[in-house]
Amino acid sequence: MAEMFDPLIPKIGVVTDIRIDTPDVKTFRVVTPDGKKAFDHRPGQCAMLSVPGVGEAMFSITSSPTNTEYMEFSIKKCGCVTDWLHSMEVGQEITIRGPYGRPFPVDTEFAGHDMLFVAGGIGLAPLRSVINYCRHYRDRYGKIDIVYGSRSKQDLVDYKEIIDEWANDKNVNVYLTIDREQPDWDGHVGFVPNYVKELGFSTDKIAVLCGPPIMIKFTLAGLQELGFDKTQVYTTMELRMKCGIGKCGRCNIGAKYVCKDGPVFRFDEIDELPDEY
Amino acid sequence: MVKISLEKINDFFAAVAAHGTLYIPVDTSAGAKYEKWENGKKLSDALNTVRSPKDFFFPQTENLMEFKTEGNKIEIIDTRTEHEDFVVFGVRACDVKSFEVLDKVFLSEPVDSFYKNRREHAVTVSLACTKPHETCFCGTFGIDAAEPGGDVVCYKTADALFLDAKTEKGEKLLASVVSVTEKAEKADEAEVEEQKKTVRDRLSKLPLANLKADAFGDGKTSKFFNAPEWKELSESCLGCGTCTFVCPTCQCYDIKDFNTGSGVKRFRCWDSCMYSDFTKMSAGQPRLTQLERFRQRFMHKLVYFPTNNDGMFSCVGCGRCINKCPIQMNIVKVMKKLGGGENG
Amino acid sequence: MQEIKRKALISKASELLKNGTVDRVFGWRRGEFDYDITPALFYSAEELEKDFVWNSMCGANFSKYLVKETGKSEKKVLVFLKPCDTYSFNQLLTEHRFDREKVYAVGIECGGMIDISKVKAECDGIFAVREDGDNIITETLYDGEKTFAKKDVLAERCLNCKSKKHVAYDELIGEDGDVIDCNRFDEVEILEKMSPDERFAFWQNELSRCIRCNACRDVCPACTCEKCVFDNPASGVENKAAANSFEEKMFHIIRAFHVAGRCTDCGECSRVCPQHIPLHLLNRKFIKDIDTFYGDYQAGAEVGSRAPVVNYTVDDPEPGEAVMRGDTNG
Repeated sequence: MAEMFDPLIPKIGVVTDIRIDTPDVKTFRVVTPDGKKAFDHRPGQCAMLSVPGVGEAMFSITSSPTNTEYMEFSIKKCGCVTDWLHSMEVGQEITIRGPYGRPFPVDTEFAGHDMLFVAGGIGLAPLRSVINYCRHYRDRYGKIDIVYGSRSKQDLVDYKEIIDEWANDKNVNVYLTIDREQPDWDGHVGFVPNYVKELGFSTDKIAVLCGPPIMIKFTLAGLQELGFDKTQVYTTMELRMKCGIGKCGRCNIGAKYVCKDGPVFRFDEIDELPDEY
Repeated sequence: MVKISLEKINDFFAAVAAHGTLYIPVDTSAGAKYEKWENGKKLSDALNTVRSPKDFFFPQTENLMEFKTEGNKIEIIDTRTEHEDFVVFGVRACDVKSFEVLDKVFLSEPVDSFYKNRREHAVTVSLACTKPHETCFCGTFGIDAAEPGGDVVCYKTADALFLDAKTEKGEKLLASVVSVTEKAEKADEAEVEEQKKTVRDRLSKLPLANLKADAFGDGKTSKFFNAPEWKELSESCLGCGTCTFVCPTCQCYDIKDFNTGSGVKRFRCWDSCMYSDFTKMSAGQPRLTQLERFRQRFMHKLVYFPTNNDGMFSCVGCGRCINKCPIQMNIVKVMKKLGGGENG
Repeated sequence: MQEIKRKALISKASELLKNGTVDRVFGWRRGEFDYDITPALFYSAEELEKDFVWNSMCGANFSKYLVKETGKSEKKVLVFLKPCDTYSFNQLLTEHRFDREKVYAVGIECGGMIDISKVKAECDGIFAVREDGDNIITETLYDGEKTFAKKDVLAERCLNCKSKKHVAYDELIGEDGDVIDCNRFDEVEILEKMSPDERFAFWQNELSRCIRCNACRDVCPACTCEKCVFDNPASGVENKAAANSFEEKMFHIIRAFHVAGRCTDCGECSRVCPQHIPLHLLNRKFIKDIDTFYGDYQAGAEVGSRAPVVNYTVDDPEPGEAVMRGDTNG
């Protein structure tokens, strides 16, 4: 009995690095006590992290599967569990279980295509895994465009990695924007959906969106105006989850469970879901 | 088929209990409930228990694991142990079917080991109904109350129990109590058949006998999701969890941590989609009003579940919600209102 | 008689709908088997004629629904109130939980409500119930037609009816009655006479059946907090199921404390409990104690009255007196 696997029983994870990304986002590096990756995952998949006595919550795995040494989670402070995670120090143990959910189809539907990634705020977290996967297997994909915006320069997650690495890659274009003017910013100012329309992308590519619901809504509308079909656009959803395995009932939308059948959905699939998310 | 006279029912229970803990429905001041059998405890005559037997496999609360923390270290303590063998006697046809519904959830990959542990160690002895109530509509979901499923099927007549093993587990159980049973004669079998006929006749004349679920099922999401009827159906719903908690097939759960002072217990407990905080997140609330929560419960039972499980509905027609809802709203009223003319 | 009354209520409601006084009516909607009556909103005379019922199975107290319902329209909603419902109505007004101007209250005389579970205990498979004078007649699947004297199957709260008087209404249909000098504290006294161990055992037995469905809280007209402490993760008591048995008991005791001085003893908690836990006894104990310590007080009897527990006076007994009395009670 004791050896029998149960999906609800987690493993121990050790936090080996904490990076302060923005005033309310930190990125945590997690490995097992013997220094290995807790498990393999695919881009877009999630994991349940918990602090015993505080609670368990689902987070998208921010690091790329091509990173074989550790996993990273970029987490915004917005509740009980995240408050606790933000207060901890390197060396702290937490629990981890996963991977959960349907990943982005990086090796099938995305393969061979130009990619457009559009993110807002903490919405970059789930996309970072895919972006770095595509950068790792650079020759499998065409041109990569990344449009990323946040409230201010300070709120741009992974700013250093974006500027030092992504922006220097061949055939990768990074377009950053912030909501309002600020003194140390000479880049674009304005909301993400408008910027996407201004940039006016050609429709021969696959778009992946992640961010606040309002950004998703207007970006999707903008892409459709540009001629994109819903079958070319993907997103990843977030609902309350407890089990992560399609049983506890919380993330049920129509006949789908976001934790199991998502979190990645193509927009034409979302159209088939009842309007309750 | 074997037989035991009702006069000797206590001997039969004693023989069963010798091979594993036996639970039977007994009468209490608050209705029938399952209790551990002890010498002299009497089988209830009630049609069904107030709480469903889902508790045996999916208890209202259970500890999943424990944690010990010291400094920044965590130890996970797997508290699972092999469950003891047990026998649940007197499960009605509807409730037997509910185990199948629950199996679809908990035994589908990835398997829930807590549930599986209990299922594997249980022997279900069902009990055919003789006097189905006005609130019964198991027939709507293809269940025959006169001939339930289970490892052993039991028929109770005026003076005897007749037992028929249906699975290997059931055969093993009956073999172990052979000292107190006798082989059923041809005449006995005829009596059982006669009783089944009578019961089926009663079933066909129940007030809800013509209730049909044909309007629901796979692919009916768009037909019913935005139906204007949800407003009227849900308008006086209190948002309590009575229907979900007495329901044999409702299985939503919550996982929570409890600080014991010396450690942390992580436990699972029943939860209800009727509750306002069920889907609440720091980022928002997809089901804002009671209408959405109410709709979710019935859409799940009548449309979403069958879509994912080859047409199997997540309702077995036991009638508990009809009896227990504080405002007397229930799945029958929902089906009649939404299904319209197609629902008798 | 009930049918005549039903017609009178329908005609009153139809008239008020027609002349525009109200745009909707809170009433009791017919079910499948006569006894399964659902609180519902009616919008037209036709709907009322078709589905509105008034009989001894219309137990539901509509007062609490007014908290949400009055916010939904600029027009008034008509609500039918039995005498005991009017106390909840007043108490909610005292607590400023709804706008009195948005309600047209019609008081109805009440001869007591039956507890269908008492009837069900005596006959199998009730598919129809009707009333004839003081009798309740059921048609059943297995016991034919059965007649019960209504007084034998009355709900507990109606056996101990505290008032036939309407303390709030815009209009009354039928006669108004009087406050009744009832024996509702008899059961409390029985509990008080028990030893602490016996009392503990009594409540342990009763509360052990609780499935924490929250029906008692959700139906309670005194429980109208926007965010209940039991739903607040920061409260430490929000668990939906007991983490230990102590907590299960605490749920009901905390609730009894929260409604102390505000509970009108409407009895809805015990009516809806799927496990037949006599929850009203906890509340009645508080009412009895408040009466004893501070003089008789009936929550909801008057709008704006201050419950003794929130109204300090120099004559109030010292807390020690309660402790002392607890000692003498064993």
